[in-house]
Amino acid sequence: MKFSLSWLKEYLDTQADLETILKTLNDIGLEVEGVENPAEKLSGFKVAKVLTAVPHSQADKLQVLTVDHGDGNPLQVVCGAPNARAGLVGVFGVEGAVVPANGMVLRKAAIRGVESNGMMCSTRELELGDDHDGIIELPADAPVGAAFADYAKLDDPVIDISVTPNRQDCMGVMGIARDLAAAGLGVFKPVEVPAITGEYPCPVEIRTDDPAGCPAFYGRVIRGVKNGPSPEWMQARLKAIGQRPISALVDCTNYLMFACGRPAHAYDLAKLSGPVVARRAHEGERMTALNGKEYLLSPDMTVIADDAGVHDIAGIMGGEHSGCADDTTDVLLEIAYFTPENIARTGQALQLTSDARSRFERGVDPAFLDDALSLLTDLIQQTCGGSASEVVRAGEPPVARRNFSYDPAQTLKIAGVDLAADAQRAILEKLGFEVADDWTITVPTWRRDIDGAADIVEEVVRIHGLGNVPSTPLPRAPGVAKPTATPEQLTERRARRAAAARGLSEAINWSFISEKEAASVGGGDWMLANPISEDLKVMRPSLLPGLLSAARRNIDRGAASVRLFEIGRRYFRAEDGSSIEKLTLGIVMAGEKSPRGWQAGKARGFDAFDAKAEALALLGAAGAPVANLQMFGEAGGSYHPGQSGTLRLGPKTVLAEYGVLHPALAKAFDLGGTVVAAQLFLDAIPAKRKAGFMRAPYAPPALQAVTRDFAFLVPEALEADALARAVKGADKKSIVDARLFDLFTGAGVEAGMKSLAVEVMLQPGEKSFTEEELVAISAAVVKAAEKLGGVLRS
Amino acid sequence: MSEITALKAGLLADIERADTLAQVEELRVGALGKSGVVTALLKTLGGMSPEERLEKGPPIQDLREGVTAAIAARKAALEEEALNARLASERLDMTLPAEAAPQGSVHPVSQVMDELAEIFADLGFAVATGPEIEDDWRNFTALNIPETHPARAMHDTFYFPDKDAEGRSMLLRTHTSPVQIRTMTTNPPPIRIIAPGRVYRSDSDATHTPMFHQIEGLVIDKGIHLGHLKWTLETFLKAFFERDDITLRLRPSYFPFTEPSVEVDVGYTIEKGQRVIGGSGDAPGGGWMEVLGSGMVHRKVIENCGLDPDEWQGFAFGTGVDRLAMLKYGMNDLRAFFDGDLRWLRHYGFSALDVPTLSGGVGA
Repeated sequence: MKFSLSWLKEYLDTQADLETILKTLNDIGLEVEGVENPAEKLSGFKVAKVLTAVPHSQADKLQVLTVDHGDGNPLQVVCGAPNARAGLVGVFGVEGAVVPANGMVLRKAAIRGVESNGMMCSTRELELGDDHDGIIELPADAPVGAAFADYAKLDDPVIDISVTPNRQDCMGVMGIARDLAAAGLGVFKPVEVPAITGEYPCPVEIRTDDPAGCPAFYGRVIRGVKNGPSPEWMQARLKAIGQRPISALVDCTNYLMFACGRPAHAYDLAKLSGPVVARRAHEGERMTALNGKEYLLSPDMTVIADDAGVHDIAGIMGGEHSGCADDTTDVLLEIAYFTPENIARTGQALQLTSDARSRFERGVDPAFLDDALSLLTDLIQQTCGGSASEVVRAGEPPVARRNFSYDPAQTLKIAGVDLAADAQRAILEKLGFEVADDWTITVPTWRRDIDGAADIVEEVVRIHGLGNVPSTPLPRAPGVAKPTATPEQLTERRARRAAAARGLSEAINWSFISEKEAASVGGGDWMLANPISEDLKVMRPSLLPGLLSAARRNIDRGAASVRLFEIGRRYFRAEDGSSIEKLTLGIVMAGEKSPRGWQAGKARGFDAFDAKAEALALLGAAGAPVANLQMFGEAGGSYHPGQSGTLRLGPKTVLAEYGVLHPALAKAFDLGGTVVAAQLFLDAIPAKRKAGFMRAPYAPPALQAVTRDFAFLVPEALEADALARAVKGADKKSIVDARLFDLFTGAGVEAGMKSLAVEVMLQPGEKSFTEEELVAISAAVVKAAEKLGGVLRS
Repeated sequence: MSEITALKAGLLADIERADTLAQVEELRVGALGKSGVVTALLKTLGGMSPEERLEKGPPIQDLREGVTAAIAARKAALEEEALNARLASERLDMTLPAEAAPQGSVHPVSQVMDELAEIFADLGFAVATGPEIEDDWRNFTALNIPETHPARAMHDTFYFPDKDAEGRSMLLRTHTSPVQIRTMTTNPPPIRIIAPGRVYRSDSDATHTPMFHQIEGLVIDKGIHLGHLKWTLETFLKAFFERDDITLRLRPSYFPFTEPSVEVDVGYTIEKGQRVIGGSGDAPGGGWMEVLGSGMVHRKVIENCGLDPDEWQGFAFGTGVDRLAMLKYGMNDLRAFFDGDLRWLRHYGFSALDVPTLSGGVGA
C-alpha cells in the first residue's frame, strides 16, 4: 500500500518528520517497504522561460533558444521540440542534472556546431507522463527560477508499506493515519462526510438476491455528469502512488478506495437495463472484465447483473461493457458489502487479483457504506457535476459490534509487559475501541480481526512498543543440558559424517523428480497436481535420480571424479492415504576412482565392490550390526543384475542395496563409463538398545592367534561368502575369522570350478593348540567345505 | 713376544685392508675361528704353568681383544658404508605428489541444522520431525488458517490430487509449523522443541526455490510470555553468530497461528561489500534484515491440539535454515544450495570433523 506524505497529512495533524513517521510505521506493524521522494530525481530542474527562439542554421528541425532560468544570465540551448518558442515557460535541466527517464547527465555540448547548455524537458523525460511530442508548457505566471519539484508540489515522499492480511483498515490512507495517531504521532482527522440530499428517487431498482454473498448493496444514480480527465490534484495523488489516471469517474472511485480503503463501482447507466441485482452467477455465464479478459463464472460466485447479463464480478472487477467512458452522462454508483470468504474463494478460483478484491477479502468496514456513498457522490459532483438521486439500500451490512470482557493483567501474562490499566485504556480508545468501566471492550467495526484477549494484548503492545517488552530468560533446568537427539537423529548424523570422512560430498537434491525419472526407478506414489514444472512433479521413490542428475551436471562441468551422497527421504503412500517417508542415504560414484599417477599408472574407475565397501562402512558407522548382515544378489532394476547386491538383516529386512548402475539407467541420465551407486535404508536399521555405558568385560587373550590357509576347488557357482561362512562355522570355539583371500580360475583348475583360498584365524584359549587339535580343526574345515562341494587343493 | 706383536700387526693390517664383509669374515675365521691362529695361541695357555701363563697370557689376550675389536670396527665401518650406499641409491624425489585421498564434505544446510540442534539442546529443546507430505488440516486448518483465509494465498502450495483416510487434502507442507500440531497432539506439555526440515512453495526465481529448509521452534508451558520469546531469539542468534552485539528489532506482524505476532529483524553492517550480522541496524551504514517470524501461539491452535489455552501458553518461531547459512557463511545464491556442484560443495561444505560442540564453538 502506497501513499504520499501529503495525503497522509490530510488525515493526520502531525509535526513529526519523515524519519519518525517511518520508524513509527515499522514499530506499529506497518512495515515500510520503501520510501521515495520524486523531488530527489528532479533536483537540477527549474522553471525557466524561453526568451528568444531562432532556427538552427545547420538543422531544419532544431532551434536555438535563449533560456532564462532565473539567475539573470540567460543560456543558449539547442532544442528540437516543435512547440519551443519565445515566451514559453517550461522546465529546464541545468548542467549536471540527471534526466530521470534515461539517466543521462546534462553537459555543455555543441549540437551541429552550436553550443547548448542544459535541456528543456518533456513530460516523459521527467517520468511524469507519456507525452513526448513537445516540451512541458507551464502557465505563463509560473515563477521562473523556482525548483520545478517545489513548483509542481512533487516534493512529497511516497511511502510504501506492507499491510498484513488482518489489517483491512490500513488498506486506506485514513486508517494508517488513525494508527499513527494512536501511536502518539499527532491527531487523527477523520474524513468529513458531506450531507447529500437526493434530488429525485433513484430510477434503478437495486436488489440483493444473494444475501450470503452480498448482505448489503447500496446505490444511487447521478445524472448529467461530464466525464473527462480528473482534476490535477487527484491525478497527482493517484500518480504518486503508481495509479494511472483513467477518467474522472473511475479516478473518483479509486481515490475513495485508496483514501478510505473502500472500493466502489460506477456503472454507465445507459448500458444497464432493468433492475440491478446481486445474485449468484449462472452455470456457464461469462463476463469480459475491465482488464479485457473473459471469465467463466460458476454458481458459487456472486455477481452484479441486470436483465442483459453480468456487469461485475462482485467485489473483484467490473465488466468492460458497462464501465464508464468519456461519453458517460448518467452513472449508477455501487457501494456494497461482500462476504470476505466468498470474495477470497472467487478470486482464487478465477486467479484474478485486484485492489478491490484485496480489500473485500480482508473485510471492509461494514459500517462505512452510507458515508462512503456520500463521499463518492460528493467527489463525482465536484469533478463531473450532475444531480444525485436518493440512495437505495438493499439488505443490511453485518454491523453488529463484537464485545468481550478483558482483564488488563493479560498484557503482563501474555506479553510480559507491565503497563498500567489506564495507559492500556488510552491506547485502545485512540484505536477506536470502546472500553467500559468494567473493561468490557467493544471492537470498532473496521477491526474485523479482533476476537479476544490476545488480540487486545497485541494492540496494546504494538502501540506501546515491542521494544519495551523485557527480555526474560526461559527457566532453565538445573545442571548440564541433557542430550536431546533421538536414536534416528544420531544414526543420520553418524552416517553423514562418516560419508563425508570417506570422501563423499553431500548434495541436497529436489524431493520431486520428473515422471520419466520416477519411472526409471519403478515409479512414484505421489504426483503433484500443480507442479512448478514437469521436471519437478513426482515425489521421489529413490534418491538415485537426483544424484545421477547431479553427477551428470558435474561431469558436464568437467569433473573427472564424482563422489556424491545425499541423506533424505523417499516418499511412499500408505494404504490409508497417509505419507510414508523413509530416511535414506544415497550414493553415486562416477568417473575416476583414482586419477592417473606416477605411482599408480592409469586412472582407475569404480567397480561394484567400491559401492559395497561404502555400503558396509556407512552401515557400520550408522550403527547397523554389520557382522550379522547377509549378502544377497540382485539389487533390483536400477542395478546391473550380475554386479549388485543387497545387505540384509534376516531375509526380509534390506538395509542396503549397492552395485554397478544398470547400463540402461546410466544411459537415461546420459552417463557413460561405469557408474556405481548404493542406497542405505537408514530407517530400517534397528535401534540399539542402550543399556548404560558399560561394555562387556574383555581382556586380550594371553596367547597369540594363529592362521592357517586352506585352498578349495569349488563349483564355480558357489558364492564365496557361503564358503567363508561354512569354514567359520566348522569350529565355533577356535575359529574366530575366515577371510577369503584368493580367487583363481584358469590353468590347473578344471572348467566349471574355481579355486578359493581362505585364511582361517584360530584363537587358542588357556593353552596353545596341540598338533592333534590342529589336525582336528583342519579336518572340520575341510569337511565343512566338502559339504558345499569343495575339495581341498593339495 | 715379538712374534705375537708381529702377528697382531699383520692381522690388524689385513683387517684394515679388508673391503668386503666376506673378507672380514674370512679373516675372523682365520684368526678367531676354531682353527684360527689366535685360537691356537689361546689353546696353548691351557698347557702352561701358572707362572708361564702369567707371563705369556696377557699378550695373547691382548692379541685376541685387539683382533676382535678390529674386526668388529671394520665390520661396522663396512656395514655403515653399505647402508650409506643403499640409502644413496634409494633416494627419491620427495617433491613428487603423494596420492591424495578423496575429500568429502558436509552440506552447509546439514551443518547449520547440527549447529542449531546443539545450541537449542543447551536451552532444553529437543529436535522433532514430521512428514513433508502433510494434510491440509495440520498444515493450515489446525494452525487457524481456514480455507478462505487470505493467508492461504500467501503460501503458494503444492497440492496432490490425493486425500487421506479422513478425506483431508494432501499437500507438501509449506512450513515446518505442522510439526507444532503433531507435537502438541501427541506429547503432553511442557514442550520445548525445534523442528528443522524441508518445506515447499510453488515459487522459483533468483531468491526463491520451490524447496527450501525451515526450522520451527515451539515452547508450551505455564507462564511463558513474549519476553521469553525475545530472550530466546536473542540468545539463539548470539550463540549462532557467536557475537554478543546481535541487536534485534521486533515488529508487530500477522500470522494466523500466533497472537501477538512478531517479525524479527536483526541489525547488520556492511563490511567489504558483505552484510555482517551484528550491531544496531540504525547505526550509520547499517540496516535491518528480517530473519524470523514468531509470536505467542494462538489460543485456537492450542485448543485445536486438545490443550487448554487458559492453562498452557507459549511461543513459536520459524526461520529459514538456508538463509541462516547464507548470513553466517556468506553464500549469496540460494539456487546453488540444490545444484550439487562439487566445486561449490567443497568450497562451502564442511569437514566431517567439524562437529558443532559447545566447547569448541558451534561455527566452523
